[in-house]
Amino acid sequence: MSTPKDISEPSYLDYKGRYKGIFSWIFSTDHKRIALLYLFSILSFFAIGATLGLLMKFELIAPGKTIMTAQTYNAFFTLHGIIMIFAVVIPGLPAVFGNFLLPIMIGAKDVAFPRINLLSWYLYVAGVSLVLISQFTGQGPPDTGWTFYAPYSFRTSGNMLPAVFGAFVLGFSSILTGLNFLVTIHRMRAPGMTWLKMPLFPWTLYATGWVQLLATPIIGITLLMIVAERTLHIGFFDPTLGGDPLLYQHLFWTYSHPAVYIMILPAMGAISEIITTFSHKTIFGYKFMVVSALAIAFVGYFVWGHHMFTSGMSGTALYTFSLLTFLVAIPSAIKVFNWISTMHQGSLDLQTPFYWAIAFIFVFMIGGFSGLILGSLAANVHLHNTHFVVAHFHFIVFGGTGFAFFGAMHYWYPKITGKMYDPRWANIGLVLFFIGFITLYGPMFYLGFKGMPRRYYDYDEVFHAGNIISTMGSWVLYSGLAIIIINLFASLKNGIKAPSDPWGGKTLEWTIPSPPPVENFNEIPVISKGPYDYK
Amino acid sequence: MENEKNHIIPYRTLLYILVLLITLTLTSVAITQIYLGTLTVMLALLIAAIKSSFVLRYFMHLKFENKMFSFAVIAVALLLAVVIIITFLDYLYR
Amino acid sequence: MNTPPEIHRDDLASKTGMWFFLFTEMLLFGGLFIVYSIYRFRNGEAFHQAAQELNVAIGTINTIILLISSTTIAMSITAIQKKDKRLALLLLCVTIFLGLAFLVNKYFEWGEHIKEHIYPGSAILALRGQGDVLFYGLYFFMTGLHALHIIIGLVFIAVITVKIYRDKINPENYILLENSGLYWHLVDLIWIFLFPLFYLIT
Repeated sequence: MSTPKDISEPSYLDYKGRYKGIFSWIFSTDHKRIALLYLFSILSFFAIGATLGLLMKFELIAPGKTIMTAQTYNAFFTLHGIIMIFAVVIPGLPAVFGNFLLPIMIGAKDVAFPRINLLSWYLYVAGVSLVLISQFTGQGPPDTGWTFYAPYSFRTSGNMLPAVFGAFVLGFSSILTGLNFLVTIHRMRAPGMTWLKMPLFPWTLYATGWVQLLATPIIGITLLMIVAERTLHIGFFDPTLGGDPLLYQHLFWTYSHPAVYIMILPAMGAISEIITTFSHKTIFGYKFMVVSALAIAFVGYFVWGHHMFTSGMSGTALYTFSLLTFLVAIPSAIKVFNWISTMHQGSLDLQTPFYWAIAFIFVFMIGGFSGLILGSLAANVHLHNTHFVVAHFHFIVFGGTGFAFFGAMHYWYPKITGKMYDPRWANIGLVLFFIGFITLYGPMFYLGFKGMPRRYYDYDEVFHAGNIISTMGSWVLYSGLAIIIINLFASLKNGIKAPSDPWGGKTLEWTIPSPPPVENFNEIPVISKGPYDYK
Repeated sequence: MENEKNHIIPYRTLLYILVLLITLTLTSVAITQIYLGTLTVMLALLIAAIKSSFVLRYFMHLKFENKMFSFAVIAVALLLAVVIIITFLDYLYR
Repeated sequence: MNTPPEIHRDDLASKTGMWFFLFTEMLLFGGLFIVYSIYRFRNGEAFHQAAQELNVAIGTINTIILLISSTTIAMSITAIQKKDKRLALLLLCVTIFLGLAFLVNKYFEWGEHIKEHIYPGSAILALRGQGDVLFYGLYFFMTGLHALHIIIGLVFIAVITVKIYRDKINPENYILLENSGLYWHLVDLIWIFLFPLFYLIT
């Protein structure tokens, strides 16, 4: 194992290679630099998506037109969805923390295909650029929602082609990342690190990699079919030509449901790492955590119809999908149980990442339970396309992946930057963020239950009070977010120098310097113990 | 690291497989000229599957690779099959 | 030929990566097979009739062309392993030639249909009925996407052929040739299924 005092080597941040300046970043095949390229891009696009959300909430503070027309509102929620889903939460944890940490946590010097890794980032930037271009060219921005449902998506005059093609390119980026991680885990684990000695974050990246690999092509081909509809009038989803719009929904959700597992599995992996470290206790039920991650990925393929309960599917399809949806909740529940059991009788160190992890469990469970409600056929008839659904997916995706992302940011911040963040401001930001989050999304459950539809820029006066509370929540959330981000940037300059292992973690990243040298390890470690060897 | 086995498939074997594949192709064309109802498609697809297995096992070397590759190929095919079956649960019973 | 000192090379990782990529291609075409299976189920009679308009002879010839080309590229790997560089190059040239022959056949086949105003979006096709629109939509889309993959495959193989000529690919290092072979076989596999589904369901 390399000693923490090995300061003769430059860190990956100071390393001087072939290229200078910005080119040393955008031409780098170092997984750590690529991770930061992704971080910079993802945070930028998240800022755009969050601002769109803020403006949408402002429109909804009162019935009728507040600051924008209905058409603009449609364009806003479309772009908000496309950016948040395809450009933020799907790449999110794998592209940033997977790229940075996976090789280190398995004792490797880089991923299996470093140049393909850089290509993934180029494709990511190209894809998002295409999506943004769709806003400013053609006959108006896309207004179909991020789901691009047929037949409207091939009939609208909105500028669909760049957006749809951009999503296609983003899918390709995701596939290559998943492929890279899968081969890396198969072939590059350090000697002695058997599968069952691998930490849980890499395990979730493995499960996620299979979903990225096997589900993404389905949306790839579906998007190409939309392009063919718009340009060639090919007829696959056009009822006047014999096509079935419902088939579009089947194909779309056959990817987009597994996609939510791409979002949540690495998040769960990061939470496992955080809880273990700050409980100073090995994870409860390691094997169950591994199997449940794989089970979530597997069963997650077969539940897509629960997005289509009111669309006109057959009764047989309805109850099959509902049953499978209930089944897929079980492995998630096992994880929550194991996290709590890990904390029980652990030696808890109350730090910012740990607060994020606890908050994650709280909001993830609310999101999960609301998912079970939506998975019940009778309830779904009432709740589909209402704000209840909006609340559900924001709790589970923003609450789930988002909270885990911020937890991971603080947890691995010392390792990535070599500095400690300011914990006071980090916690203040977290508290504001959390209060804002609950205030923003909580009322939506009630509003949806009472019948307020989603994707409408107007609503009945009876929903007014709930919307005022919700919009004010968005302001509090946004402020909390600003404090968190500013603190992380400020700490780059002002933070105290971080040791190799500020938290007492046991996984391999804590054995190397903060920030790491370019090749991670002087000598590839030889592993003889499990990943969370606390006693 | 290097290829452990460097297994070499003889030219002759590959040519035998080609003859087999062409025979199967011509058989499937002949069979489908006879009217057998729904069985026609089943048979044609069955022959296609048999041809595929020869291409996979010999040309694509699966017979001589680690069994995990074969397992993965079958798993992916099964995944696709299950997705099609579940989709049919909608269309069959509407 | 110079071998640089001990550069870590993991051929199994390369091969695994290529297999994983092939899985994505299987699922990509798989999505189209989903569409095909549903619409065939709903328009059985129309598909049956439309299939009779396709030229089984050309389809069979194209099938055999691809099968032979798969054989030749597989044989080229054997040739490289046996250090027979000339044979390897010859076999790869044959493979490329066969691939181009396939594309030429396809060009004429499509040309026939297009002359009759049978193509996606044509008014004449729309008049023939929904089953025909879907059959030909699927026919053009799937064989078109397949042809695109043939072109990509031919580009790979051409690049590989040049590398063999320059000894960059040689008996000690031929994983790139194997991987191109895998890609080409996949293109063959897809056609093995496309052929009966469009030409033989009469």
